Amino acid sequence: MSTATTHGARAHARAQAGTVVSTMATIPASAWPEPPDGVDAADLTWAEVVAPGGYATKVISAGTTLRLTDSEGEACAHLLLYNADQTWERLNVADSVKVPWQAYMTTGHPLLSDQGRALATLVADSTDSHHDALCGAAPEAVHAARYGAGGPWSETPAARELFKLAGAKHDLGVRDLAPSISFFKRVRVAADGGFAVSLAAQAGGSVALRAELPLLVLVVNAPHRLDERREYTCGPLELLAWRGEPTHPDDPLFSATPEAQRALWNSYDYATARGIRR
Amino acid sequence: MTVLATEIRLDEEVPARAPWSARLSAGEELTIVDLGGNQAVDFLLFGWPDTHERYCAAETIAAQGSIFLTTGSVLLSAEATPLMTVVADECGRHDTLGGACSKESNSLRYGQHTRHQHACVENFLTAAIPYGLGKRDLVSNVNWFMNVPVEADGTLGIVDGLSRPGLSLSLRAERDVLVLVSNCPQINNPCNGFDPTPVRMVVSAP
Repeated sequence: MSTATTHGARAHARAQAGTVVSTMATIPASAWPEPPDGVDAADLTWAEVVAPGGYATKVISAGTTLRLTDSEGEACAHLLLYNADQTWERLNVADSVKVPWQAYMTTGHPLLSDQGRALATLVADSTDSHHDALCGAAPEAVHAARYGAGGPWSETPAARELFKLAGAKHDLGVRDLAPSISFFKRVRVAADGGFAVSLAAQAGGSVALRAELPLLVLVVNAPHRLDERREYTCGPLELLAWRGEPTHPDDPLFSATPEAQRALWNSYDYATARGIRR
Repeated sequence: MTVLATEIRLDEEVPARAPWSARLSAGEELTIVDLGGNQAVDFLLFGWPDTHERYCAAETIAAQGSIFLTTGSVLLSAEATPLMTVVADECGRHDTLGGACSKESNSLRYGQHTRHQHACVENFLTAAIPYGLGKRDLVSNVNWFMNVPVEADGTLGIVDGLSRPGLSLSLRAERDVLVLVSNCPQINNPCNGFDPTPVRMVVSAP
């Protein structure tokens, strides 16, 4: 097909429509072929497979459940959360481990903002806490030393470089990129303070979080900071989100711990005053 | 106290519960003295004047392979740039995980009745504002002289400190930096022995 003329170039461009690749967004999300059990396809609001070395962002409403799936067992999902109303309120990793008295995130764990509110609650985890809240996102310099390059244009992009771009799409800068959490690579702390890392693959492993407030979500799929394999190793990451309600005071997760309960009441207090929850 | 460098440029006592800040030139050293013992010193660190380079707890502990800071620990930015190095430490280990107390997190940890109490975030903001910095610039901080172990099952928490009256640590600036400090006012956990006390700050040049 000739692209020497505008008409030819337009026909060439339009002929590409309908191409399906393994890592792409499904739009509308309701067209996603496999809704989770009990979820009506019409309630799907986000369906996307993030490529290795890629990122995705979305603003989601309060009550949305976001499920992240390590489809082939080699994804590493780095996550940053912001209150969509006011992005200066964001995930505070220190508070998110200190307040629940727990460094290892799994079902029931609150993800807290710096304002004493639960931004999200982990509501499902098939991996037995195969995650990390401590080691953050690898900088470009670490990838340059490990793989030879770490820029977003390279074949081996670093998680922090991807967060910079993901944030910039929402007018956020490096001041807004505080430490992140990651799913699907397991980090444990020894008594002497050292780390034990498990990269063991769990194909199909998933974790789900429920938005307690309207959220801006930044997701990066790139190797873990402590993944020292010589080859850049990363697999596809499936994201699926559907409508729902924030954690209800009658839900056992609401009162799982006194700290999480107070965080959820603080979120409730914000949302009712803001007029987005009754 | 061990002041390794020779010329003392600044020697100040930070009152209990108060903020403090200083700019250091590359090569200068900051010595922090825990005058009363077991006084958490919350600490944030920025490049100066390019404050977008700031201490990153995650990169610092990932790079050194340990959650505890002590002699030899290099405080890194999120881009893995060295900002300061711990060059002397009489206490033994310091916290990187617990972050700063705030009015808001007090409401979660102890109940709404503690929300009105003074807290480290108030001090950090007070210290940050004169430099044109604000809330967006506050990230997970160092807690000098604070003891936060992580148990095998992931339980972590602030427990009785390992410090004693008069113990100190020294940091060397690897580039021009801005230091923001909150002399922690927390009274609901053992980070200050339930009794906030003054600390001494000494800046010396080689």
